Amino acid sequence: MRAEPADRPESPPAPFGRRLCEVAESRLAGGYRIFTLIDETGPVPAPGQFFMLAASGGWAGEEGRPYLPRAISHARFQEVPDGGMRLDFLIDEVGPGTSRLAAMKPGDQCWVAGPFGSRFSLPRQLNEDAAGAILVGGGIGIAPMAVLRRELVDRGIPSRSLLGFRDQAHSGGVEELFGCDEIRLAFEDGSAGHKGYVTDLLLQLLEGDDSRSAAVYSCGPPAMLEAVRQICLQRDIPVELALESPMACGYGACFGCAVPKAGGGYLRLCIDGPVVRGDGIASAMAGEPAVD
Amino acid sequence: MTDLATDICGIPLAGPVLNGSGTFDALAARRVFGDALVEEFPFDCYVSKTITMNPRPGNPPYRLWETPSGMINSIGLPGPGVDGFLERDLVGLSELGVPLIVSVMADSAEDFAILVEKVAAREEVSGIELNVSCPNVHSGLIVGEQPSETEALMKALRPLTSKPLIVKLTPNVANPHEVALAAEAGGADSVSMINTVKAAAIDPVSNRAWLGAGAGGLSGPAVRPIALAQVRAVSSVVEIPVIGMGGISDAESALEFILAGARVVAVGTENFRDPKAGKAVTDGLPAALERRGFGSLDEAQSATLA
Repeated sequence: MRAEPADRPESPPAPFGRRLCEVAESRLAGGYRIFTLIDETGPVPAPGQFFMLAASGGWAGEEGRPYLPRAISHARFQEVPDGGMRLDFLIDEVGPGTSRLAAMKPGDQCWVAGPFGSRFSLPRQLNEDAAGAILVGGGIGIAPMAVLRRELVDRGIPSRSLLGFRDQAHSGGVEELFGCDEIRLAFEDGSAGHKGYVTDLLLQLLEGDDSRSAAVYSCGPPAMLEAVRQICLQRDIPVELALESPMACGYGACFGCAVPKAGGGYLRLCIDGPVVRGDGIASAMAGEPAVD
Repeated sequence: MTDLATDICGIPLAGPVLNGSGTFDALAARRVFGDALVEEFPFDCYVSKTITMNPRPGNPPYRLWETPSGMINSIGLPGPGVDGFLERDLVGLSELGVPLIVSVMADSAEDFAILVEKVAAREEVSGIELNVSCPNVHSGLIVGEQPSETEALMKALRPLTSKPLIVKLTPNVANPHEVALAAEAGGADSVSMINTVKAAAIDPVSNRAWLGAGAGGLSGPAVRPIALAQVRAVSSVVEIPVIGMGGISDAESALEFILAGARVVAVGTENFRDPKAGKAVTDGLPAALERRGFGSLDEAQSATLA
């Protein structure tokens, strides 16, 4: 029996405006980079939510880009004893925005707004009969999966993670963000784990499972998300996807992040998502590419 | 503390900073930021997104493209239509604690008249902005690009309300001051300018137009010099006040528009980078005025640009 999305836990409002946060750390993680911000005033972010980030210096730099802040989901958070939080972000340098963020050094300041957007439901909220969660992450889309997994662990809810990457140069953070348990990897180039797509692993898992007890969560490239969505819809398995879309503001102002809804019209991904139910959208393919 | 109180078309304002239409959804922002949005509302007057006769879904994606120091949008005026807006949205907007200007657009003078009458009838509404960057279904011409069409539309709408009517000027014309003069001759109380500059982007992968609608409008600091030139050209020939906008990102750039002849200013694209950008502009104005040797906002508004 499916539950309604309204059952998701409520998130507190984001602090109004943007705030400067100090970069505490920046390190390579395989082919990706993880950087850490110290957020002294923000609320605890929920799995699936995102932040709008812009380096305080060198934004709108030599070529006039990056100009807009970049929407990026946190990969981990940790409350620190004297107040505030450590926020980890996983990034792949694919354009001027992510390259500028990757170039930030400890002590640099970064503009932060958020956390914004909807969060993932818990498995029993998505499917009353759920025995646990199946998390499907691709590329840097493993970041919100890592946050969700951690929450599920804290709540004692079993989960299995399936993580897919193109190759070693486009992967990273797995051990640090997920640990080692209940993870299966897929590399398109066969350099580790299953050779092929992460959706192959999902199909294998669902074959051995009673799909009536499944709840699937996914974040990754649009083509992967659409494949996951189709696999789940065909089997009547409740699925939630964290999507990306070009986005200027993150709080409903710009109307840029339009994603086609099931049945017509568009949702604003920043406030109606980024976490959406698979049966709530017409396609997961409309938002690529989002963060550069 | 420098007194920033002013007015536009007889609407008293605590300060000179508005938002550009369609660049700040106050209802969505209240959902996201909670009551802090109202307690620290960043503008002295709120301009709604453009309201149309019927509900509109907006344009297909993609709707955004980042440019050097700016962005292109082709949003396509998604919205609930005038009846949905008046029934549902207006209540929330009236709680913001600042005067409310409602932006409207139609594709005929007849529909414009219906919108103006319906919106003006609501006491929550202080003024109406006419978005004329849309083709007239009868002539096929974009109203705001034609002085004669603009004047004819204004003459049709002027008798319908005593509330201020503001014409939003497009920059995509050779002589914006001619359209402004036509708006004034037709009875407009103010012109606001500039709307976005027509622009396009090419998809780096498919080699086709990036935006779902093919082309869109450029905004942000990239357009600021264009906007300043047009504000200066228009304000030097019309008597009615000019609402200046186009890439304002801080108090200094806001003051540039006032020195170019704008009475008040609007912040648009910068809201996307900083949800409190309007407040940052206001907070910085006293120092910016002082730096340029003005004792008050009024002095700067009265300064004649050489």
